[in-house]
Amino acid sequence: MMAAASAVALVLVGVLVFLAVNGGPAVTAGEGELPAHAKNFLALAGPLAFGSLWVAVIALALASLPAVGVALAATIYAPSPRFGRFLGAVLDLLAAVPSVVFGLWGLMVLAPAVVPGYEWAHAHLGWLPFFSGEPSVTGRTVLTAGMVVAVMILPIMAAICRESFALTPPALIEAAYALGATRWEMVRAAVLPVARSGIVAGGMLGLGRALGETMAVAMVLSATPSLISFNVISAENPSTIAAFIASTFPESTGAEVSALIGLGLVLFAISLVVSLVGRRIAKQGGLR
Amino acid sequence: MTATVPNPTAAGQPPAPTAPTEAASLAPLASLAPRAAERLNPAAPAPGLPKAPGSMSIRDVSCYYGSHLAVADVSLEIPGRAVTAFIGPSGCGKSTLLRAINRMHEVIPGARAEGTIALDGADLYSKGVDPVAVRSKVGMVFQKPNPFPAMSIKDNVLAGLIIRGAKPRAAAADELVERCLVRAHLWEEVKDRLKKSGDSLSGGQQQRLCIARAIAVQPDVVLMDEPCSALDPISTLAIEELMRDLARDYTVVVVTHNMAQANRISDITAFFSLARAGEPGRLVEAGLTADIFSAPKVTATRDYIDGRFG
Amino acid sequence: MTATLTRQAPQHAPDAAATLAASTPSWSRRAKNRAASAAVVAAVALTAVPLALVIWAAVERGSARLDLTLFTHSMRGVVGQGGGLLHALTGTLIITGATAIISIPLGLAAAIYLTEYAGGNKLAAITRRAVDIMVSIPSIVAGLAAYALFSLILGPGTRSGLAGAVALAMIMIPVVVRSSEEVLRLVPADLREAGLALGSPRWRVIRKIVLPTALPGLTAGAVLGVARVIGETAPLLLVAGFTDAMNYNLADGRMATLPVFIYTQWSSKGLDTAAYDQRAWAGALVLMAVVVVLQLAARALPPQIAKLRRNR
Repeated sequence: MMAAASAVALVLVGVLVFLAVNGGPAVTAGEGELPAHAKNFLALAGPLAFGSLWVAVIALALASLPAVGVALAATIYAPSPRFGRFLGAVLDLLAAVPSVVFGLWGLMVLAPAVVPGYEWAHAHLGWLPFFSGEPSVTGRTVLTAGMVVAVMILPIMAAICRESFALTPPALIEAAYALGATRWEMVRAAVLPVARSGIVAGGMLGLGRALGETMAVAMVLSATPSLISFNVISAENPSTIAAFIASTFPESTGAEVSALIGLGLVLFAISLVVSLVGRRIAKQGGLR
Repeated sequence: MTATVPNPTAAGQPPAPTAPTEAASLAPLASLAPRAAERLNPAAPAPGLPKAPGSMSIRDVSCYYGSHLAVADVSLEIPGRAVTAFIGPSGCGKSTLLRAINRMHEVIPGARAEGTIALDGADLYSKGVDPVAVRSKVGMVFQKPNPFPAMSIKDNVLAGLIIRGAKPRAAAADELVERCLVRAHLWEEVKDRLKKSGDSLSGGQQQRLCIARAIAVQPDVVLMDEPCSALDPISTLAIEELMRDLARDYTVVVVTHNMAQANRISDITAFFSLARAGEPGRLVEAGLTADIFSAPKVTATRDYIDGRFG
Repeated sequence: MTATLTRQAPQHAPDAAATLAASTPSWSRRAKNRAASAAVVAAVALTAVPLALVIWAAVERGSARLDLTLFTHSMRGVVGQGGGLLHALTGTLIITGATAIISIPLGLAAAIYLTEYAGGNKLAAITRRAVDIMVSIPSIVAGLAAYALFSLILGPGTRSGLAGAVALAMIMIPVVVRSSEEVLRLVPADLREAGLALGSPRWRVIRKIVLPTALPGLTAGAVLGVARVIGETAPLLLVAGFTDAMNYNLADGRMATLPVFIYTQWSSKGLDTAAYDQRAWAGALVLMAVVVVLQLAARALPPQIAKLRRNR
């Protein structure tokens, strides 16, 4: 038993050591040794880290309100406990759909379907940097990738929100109603203040998950790895660390592989920070 | 909004005592009791005497949880500006009926009530009446004090107004907070720490804060669901005095397990019971408290009051 | 409103209906309330519609190739129509099976240590922290770590089913530890005490009382762990690679899996693109069916595991 517990901890140490040993040399690698014709490791990792954060932030922005809403629907607004359980099952199922399936769906179904919307956004909101420039004709843009990732992180965020809404003391709900609150006023007075840390924690965990999401982004996004751009509907899109690794790794050898492992370490560090912060907030909020 | 936040104690009436002395708190009792006796006799309402405002009329009310009938066929007159106590053994439906009066009952999914409950003649259950409106005319205080933990003492008093986006401006808010806390016999104890969280108060203080919060939204009726059952005897005494005092301006309906308490504070007592577990609760007998406790008409009432069951 | 203003002069009954109407929430309050309810309904739609669309797309586009050949043939020698995913399905079963064999005993043993033996000692704290961190390892990083490990041992560029299983185990172990720990904590303490009071040694109490009591929950946790990794694509793409042919040997050479099959059918198409797309969707349909069955199985087991599903 003790050996098993030690083994679990050792697996983690092993992961870090293997990654460091193999990826470490990439940090000093020069031009010609790196994928995507990068001059040095920073020039490779920088734009990709930007892309990872950019896609994850878009996904988080898109998923936050629906996640809170659906969690409210499953708890406070549920017309019956059965409906709440049914909605829980839907969320579980959504969380269980493999990312490669979401990727396939995103690029073959969603992307073509959103192109007219992008053209409209470019025509009417083109003055915003997000929608300037010629929109993509394939729809395989940062925004589409963000949408797909949003669908994927929504159930994770909703699950944590749901848990914290369910912890609202019934006495506070009654107190608000008895003062003549409408349902929404009751939610604002009794439910949301208590659940605030749960909502933030859910967002952080969702963000961590979005950063690590690989296949859906790799498949949906038509990417230019060295690009940094805030345009979300263009044919030219930044890539993400995870997607870049997945699409480049199978054809890479030697120093390139080492660079990709180094990128993996960077991704690990970013998502570790995000989810540890999220977990700390969740614990403060009385969640497990 | 300040114009519509009236002052219950203003306009010619002597201000409420800030720290009630024994005599001050007993005075309303003494002055009310005889008045109540002539006005409230349900058997023979004195003709021509005006009904006090805030009187309620419960007619043929049944309460359900899903298909389960919890309270059956209650008809009861609740006089305005007096204290009415609901007593009875556990499960007799007294709390359920209380919650039906301000339509809190239906907050539970599947719960509903039938019949009519009228406030000054206006049916609270008629079509087109928003339960939210009902609850702002009929306030409620619960068994366990439930101040909002994320709000200061001051904001807790103003909670009803904050909730509906009608928080008054600074001076008017301060004035309203002071008035309500004075009215709830809490001002002297908290006036130096209004910014502190409501959680920092003792149980009895929290309960008085909840009462201040309830009256800040100008209800006609204040319902109290066993408001002292979570409190120590000293705090209970303070709340009892407060209930008597509140009855000068509000109709007070209180559910209590404590018969001595019902006897001490109420003008009218309604006794509820049930045939056996699982059966719906029914109103057995209601009348002037003095009559119910000295000469109950129904044997079950006497047995309960004598402590033979419940 | 005057009636409510002059409380102490009850000369006449106030017009109660009017005061009631006056306390009806304002138009803007009701509008906000309705808007919030509508937003909640919209959020439900935003959750349910994508799920329905994904399922529908898989059924509509995948059912064309949901034939016998799909389940009896590999892709060996296939360039256009025809072919199947037998090799990928077999590979998924073998790799996932190996993952489960590594992860479940290790994860369960660690959980037993944490709940039954450790108390609050240092190793327990370290292990819990390690589990917390491992949960947040992006799956592709687990793939990279497995690749790095096997490169150190066998030299660079090796691909094998076993490496895939090791990568997936890094993802599954923390899931199993967490769910098992939670289930074991649900076993009432007095059951343990009753056993210990009879003079049984601790390991016997665990084996004869604690584990049997927790078995349904432990099983459900394990099944959910399998469901979590069976759809993983990225790590397998890196370390198990892809092949068109059957490979039963975990330790030797590339091994196809269902998720990677779906990906490669799309990413390396032949001339007849429709045939590849159809196979990809048929693979997606099969994979989703497998995941749904696993979810339902876990759900059917014990009632008290609702919380476990969050550990994904």
